[in-house]
Order: sequence, then C-alpha cells, then structure tokens
Amino acid sequence: MAKVLLTSGVSQQFTDGQTEIDIQATTYRQLLRELDKLYPGLGRELSIDTAVAIDGEIYQEPYLESISAGSEIYFLPRIGGG
Amino acid sequence: MTTNGNGLRWVGKRPVRPDGVDKVTGRAQFGADFTLPGMIVGKVLRSPHAHANIRSIKTEKAQALPGVKAVITAADFPELPSEIEQAGEVVLNFRDMSRNVMARQKALYDGHAVAAVAATSIEIAERALDLIEVDYEVLPHVIDVVEAMEADAPLLHDDLYTMGVEPTPDKPSNVAKRVEFSIGDLNAGFEMAEVVVEREFTTKPVHQGYIEPHAAVASASEDGLCHIWCTTQGQFMVRYYVSRLLGLEVSKLRVTPSEIGGGFGGKTVVYLEPVALALSMKCHRPVKMVMSREEVFRASGPTSGAHVWVKMGATKDGRITAGEAVLKYQAGAVPGAPIGPGCMCAFAPYDLDNVKVVGFDVVTNRPKVAAYRAPGAPISEFGVESVVDELAKKLGMDAIAFREKNAAREGTHAAYGPTFGEIGYTETLRVAKEHPHYQAPLGPNQGRGVASGFWFNIGGASTAALNVNEDGTTTLISGCPDIGGSRASLSMMAAEVLGIDVEQVRPTIADTGSIGYSFLTGGSRVTFATGMAVIEAANDVVRQLRERAAKIWEIDVEAVVWENGEAKPSGSNAGDFEPLSLSSIAATAGKTGGPITGHVSLNAQGAGPAFGTHICDVEVDRETGRVTVLRYTAIQDAGKAIHPSYVEGQIQGGAVQGIGWALNEEYIYDEDGRLENPGFLDYRIPVASDVPMIDAVIVEVPNPKHPYGVRGVGEVPICPPMSAVANAVANATGLRMADLPISPPKLLAAITNGG
Repeated sequence: MAKVLLTSGVSQQFTDGQTEIDIQATTYRQLLRELDKLYPGLGRELSIDTAVAIDGEIYQEPYLESISAGSEIYFLPRIGGG
Repeated sequence: MTTNGNGLRWVGKRPVRPDGVDKVTGRAQFGADFTLPGMIVGKVLRSPHAHANIRSIKTEKAQALPGVKAVITAADFPELPSEIEQAGEVVLNFRDMSRNVMARQKALYDGHAVAAVAATSIEIAERALDLIEVDYEVLPHVIDVVEAMEADAPLLHDDLYTMGVEPTPDKPSNVAKRVEFSIGDLNAGFEMAEVVVEREFTTKPVHQGYIEPHAAVASASEDGLCHIWCTTQGQFMVRYYVSRLLGLEVSKLRVTPSEIGGGFGGKTVVYLEPVALALSMKCHRPVKMVMSREEVFRASGPTSGAHVWVKMGATKDGRITAGEAVLKYQAGAVPGAPIGPGCMCAFAPYDLDNVKVVGFDVVTNRPKVAAYRAPGAPISEFGVESVVDELAKKLGMDAIAFREKNAAREGTHAAYGPTFGEIGYTETLRVAKEHPHYQAPLGPNQGRGVASGFWFNIGGASTAALNVNEDGTTTLISGCPDIGGSRASLSMMAAEVLGIDVEQVRPTIADTGSIGYSFLTGGSRVTFATGMAVIEAANDVVRQLRERAAKIWEIDVEAVVWENGEAKPSGSNAGDFEPLSLSSIAATAGKTGGPITGHVSLNAQGAGPAFGTHICDVEVDRETGRVTVLRYTAIQDAGKAIHPSYVEGQIQGGAVQGIGWALNEEYIYDEDGRLENPGFLDYRIPVASDVPMIDAVIVEVPNPKHPYGVRGVGEVPICPPMSAVANAVANATGLRMADLPISPPKLLAAITNGG
C-alpha cells in the first residue's frame, strides 16, 4: 500500500479532514482513479495544477510515474518560478 | 589538458561568456531594437481610473485620423470562458489573461489597457489615443490586501467565489482562494513551547525592475501566418498564450525571442504581444510596440504585497516546537497570487513537527502580479526568519546556532510535506558561522543580521540540438532565452561531454519554428533541465562519433572509446589506430553516414531544493533613519556551479533586489488609486553606490539527480535579504521593523517614538 498525504485544505474539501490515506496502486494514474472512487471529485481535483512528491522527489508532471508499495505521496501545488 | 581537480575540464571553470562582446559593444539586439520594412507603431490607451465600468468606447475619430492603420478594443479579442485549463506546463484561466491584456467591461487598475492604435508614427498614434472616447463609470476601489478582504470592500468581480472553502460561499468576494497546509498537532506544539513570539508583518508589492521594458514587433500576413519578435522569458509561452488569446492555430504563429534585458519572472506572461498582433491582423503591417517605463510600472506585474502573521514557539534549550502563519497575498486585478509556494516555503528551512500555514489569494485594484524570483517565498520567509531571529534572541542563543539546532537535513519531513533528500542547508550555516564576516567587530549604531532562505527549483520540458559542423566545431541550439548565463553553462556542459574546447561550441537560442518545445526560462530550471537535454544530446553525438570511427577503422563500435575529444581503440585487441579527432571525423561525415547531430527533448525531473544563508551588517543614522548596508555575505548551495561567475552574479543580483525590497521599494498610490511613482526616480531600486560588494560564497552539495550535480541558483538569493536587513536593523536599534520598506521616514519615526 502506498501512503497518500493530502494538504489539510484539500482534505477539508474532500475527505472530511482525513489527510492520510492508504491506497493500493502501482501507477500515478491508477492512484488518482482509486482516490476518485473513494472520494468522488478528489482525483480530478488533484490532477489540476498539482505536483506530486513521490518518496521525497517532486514531479511537476507525474503522469507516467510508477508507485511502489510503501511509497509516500504528497500532492502539492504546482511550482513555478521567476 | 588541464582539469579543475575533479576530473572535469570545463565544469566549474570561468570561461569568457559567449554573448559578452555583443553585449558590451551594443551589437546585441534587444526587444526594442528590432525593425521590419513597412513597420508602423502601436500605442495603448490606458485607464486613468483604478476601478471603473466601461460604458462605451468610441474609436471612430481615431480611426479616421490620417496615418492610423488600426484601432482595437476588447471587442477585437475572442471572449473566452472562465475556466482553469492546462496550458503546456502551467494551469491558467485565459479569460482572466485576456481581460488583463485588454479591459473588457471593466477597468480594474490605473494603467489597465482599454484600447490600442497602430499608426505610421508615434505622434499620430498618440494623437489617435486622444481621440478615443471612453465613457467610464468610476467605482470605489481597493488597494490594500486586508481592506480588500473585508465584507464591505469594493468588489472587483461579481462572479468570484472563494475556492478552497467548504461549503463554497454563496456570495462573491475579493478572496479568490484559501489554501491550508498543516502537519502535526499545533496546539500540542505550542503547549510544549516555553518561549513564544507572535508578530504581524506587511510587505509592499515590488517590481522586478528589469532595465529593458516590454517590447514586441508583430506581423500578420494576408494568408494568416503570423510572427512575433519580442523580449520574453519564453518564446513557446508567448506562442501558446497569444494563440489562445487570439484564437489562432499554434502552427500559424512563430515567435523569435530577442536578447533579454532582465526578466526575473516579469516576462513569463504576455502584455504587448497579443495587442501588437491583433493590430497587425487588422492592417497587415508589422506593428512595433514598446512600453515606456511609466507603462511598465502601471501595467506590468509586480510581485504581491502582503500581510503576514507568524507565531512560533520553542523550548528553552532552543528546539522549535510549533510554527503557524497566516498569509494574505495580493493578486492584483485577477486571481493568481503565488500563495501556494509562499505557504510551502515559509517554514521549509526547519525540521518541525507541528506546522500550520493558511494562505489567501486576494484581488485588488492593482496590476495583476507576475512571478518574481522565488514567487511568494521571500514574503513568507521574511516573516518567519524575523520571528526566528526574535526567538533566538529571547533564548539568548546565537542566531546561527539556533538555526543549526532546528535545520532541515536529509531525511527531514519538509514543513510542506515531502521528505528531503540530499540538501545543503546545514552546510550554508556552517560556512556562515566560520566566515570572517560573522566574527568581524561592529561599531556604534551598527548591527548584524542573519537569515536563511529556501526554494524548490524546478525541471520541466526542454529541447536541445547539437550539430557537428564540417570543421569539427559545434552549434548548440536550445529553446530557452538566456537571462542568467545559460548559453555559457550549456556550452560548458556540451564541451565537457564532447571533450573539446568550449570555444568550439557556439550556442544559439532558437525561435519556435527552429527547435522543439521548451518551457520558459524561470524557476532556476535552464541550467538544470535544458542542461540535461544538452548532456543527453552530447552523449548522443559521442555515440555517433564512435560509430563513425568504427566504420573508418572497420571494427566494432564497442571497440571504440571517446576520450578527451578523440576516438580511440578501446585497447590493444581493438587494433592499432591513430586517434581520430572530432574535426577529422566531421570532415569525412559525408562519407560515413551524413551529418552528425544530437537532438533530445525531455521533461526533466529531479530538481534539487536549495538553501542560502545571508549575513548583513548595517549602520543606522539615528538622525535621518537612513540605513546603510556596510557588508553583505551571501552563502548558497548551488549543487554544482557550472560557471561560478554566473552563479555569483545570480547570488549578488538576488541579494541586491532583496535589499531594495527591504529598504526602499514601494508603490505609492494617491487617494484615487493612481500610481504616483511610476519611474526609477521615485521608485528607487538600489544602484551600485547603495550597496557594498556582495560577497557570494558557493557551497556545493551536489544534486544526485543531475549528471554534474546542478540545483539551480536564481531564486534562493532573494529570499533571505529582507529579514537579514530587518534583523540587522533590529540589532542596531533594538527596534523590530515589521513593515517594509524600512525607509528613512518610517525608521526615523520608530526611533523617535521608541527611543
């Protein structure tokens, strides 16, 4: 199981404040689908303007990333720069 | 051959910059330098009101003026739906962008474009602007972020409902978005605290202050093909944004970037480009538009002004137990303040168990903010680093020792969530502590401040092509405008891989029709991300060079190695051949398979976070309130400095911009919401005589995800200066200046009242 960690702001909107969710998924896209099943709308919300940190590394474009059992996954606002 | 001591021949050295001669001789073509045959000029009519309904715009008289070739208003732009959409690598609301480029129904700030003309001379264009009749209904306006959040504040948009709040509000407001980040148990953290500091801060919007104003030439031909030449941080960004704003197919628009005279984030958006093209599409003449400095200030993005509240607690032995912040950032006329990164960066330098940060993105009657080095981070980090300094003082601890005790390290859960890999924050603190500056004596009315800063750095999509020429020199083509020396760093990495002299690599920035897509120059990404594309392209060229040598020698390619710019047999078993240089292989390329080129497009992942620690000495004139920066040392983890002179330049530039933010810079509005200081005379950025030599110290903790360890350097150095200066002023005067800028009148008043 991978551990998904949401910001408190997102969790208040979609998961009744639950910020840690264990999900069985091997890819980023599967992860979004599973999250959407559990919390309708969350997968779509997290696919827009969001970066993902998988085991500490931030992916601005995680579409093709794979996920390992035990991975720690944070959804974050997408980062730009000046 | 000499190497720099770690087996590298070019990386880490300081060769002469490839664009240097053009820059110092005036040959370099900047945005305003470009001309075309038959070109006419465009000018923009701007709102004199901070907030007004536009009842009507009459352009007939202007259109009838001899010499006027085109007049446009918002009616000449497609009306776009309000929706968040993925636009390449960023997410945007093109309706908002369209309305910022040209006001539709409402003028939202002093300087907002409401119409534009193209004419055969500037004088005719300006006379034509005078002939345009705009019927305004002036509305109440709001400039301040806190006032804009009040329930009875003038409303900028009647369809703006706060996102991120559950349930969604049933009334519109100026608060576009609320975000929240928290970890741990904040109440428990504060209960553990034996010392607590809580303070409010304000920062002013500050302009990026690039010397070169926005400028563009646009040409639309009768067959629908369009070309824009402009100063920008991203030619592909301009191509896509303008295409969307004007309803064009992307393939019909070509964008060529000029040399760029500074951007710092302010040229990651479009202003004149779609206007110039819309004018050209009407008259089929090339249209040139150049902003005056006044227009740059009134109508192009500064960064947010903000209200920041920070509370932190610590135990008596110096361990921070909790950190909390509320950040209110101005977005300007339409949503989009950098509140997300502001929240995430606030406490990032520290290893904290209990954190909560709440942020608000708030619209006000000011120009829409644009990115500025480390967008959002300097503001929140100013508040936190000021409070960290106060905590250390209350605990009787040295400012650096307190930070070391709480510093984020490899394995630390960042305050914004993910676990840090290899990072160099503690290295910057160690170097700061050991630097002679930190021990140097201070005189009367002098104080020393320390502050740290953090930025993520980013990767993203980049393309690079490396062509081997007939004589063995090479041409390196990339798609990211060179703002901070990327042509030098990219050339050096290519030369390193190829094993040739860096002078044999000639770098070029290509237009959108000549290279594959590349995300814009920003976020400290080019040396990292485009550098990875260059390294892969060079590796591909090396592979082809080995193949050509193998064909010439009639041996297997596996029996050929590439060393020091030459193909050699891998060992005695491979055969006895004289090495083949790149030039000799290039000379026969036509016989061995044709041109040798490397071409790589990638989406670089693995950007390495970076930290910096700054030391600032100031002297305060207690009779005038003037703060003089006496000495400034900026230490930063660059991962690996490809060209240390450019890294030092980035660090020095960021530090000086931060000093200006701390001491001088602010927009001053009159009671009608009109900007009163739209020029460098009254909006005072630091000049050389205002600052000492910034001592830039490079720390190198390599990013393991980059072949040479690059992290990116352009963003971090603007994060610490505001608090380094404020902390120094506090130590010099005993006064905590929480409202920026710490200008002489403000500090004098504080000294008079407090001392």
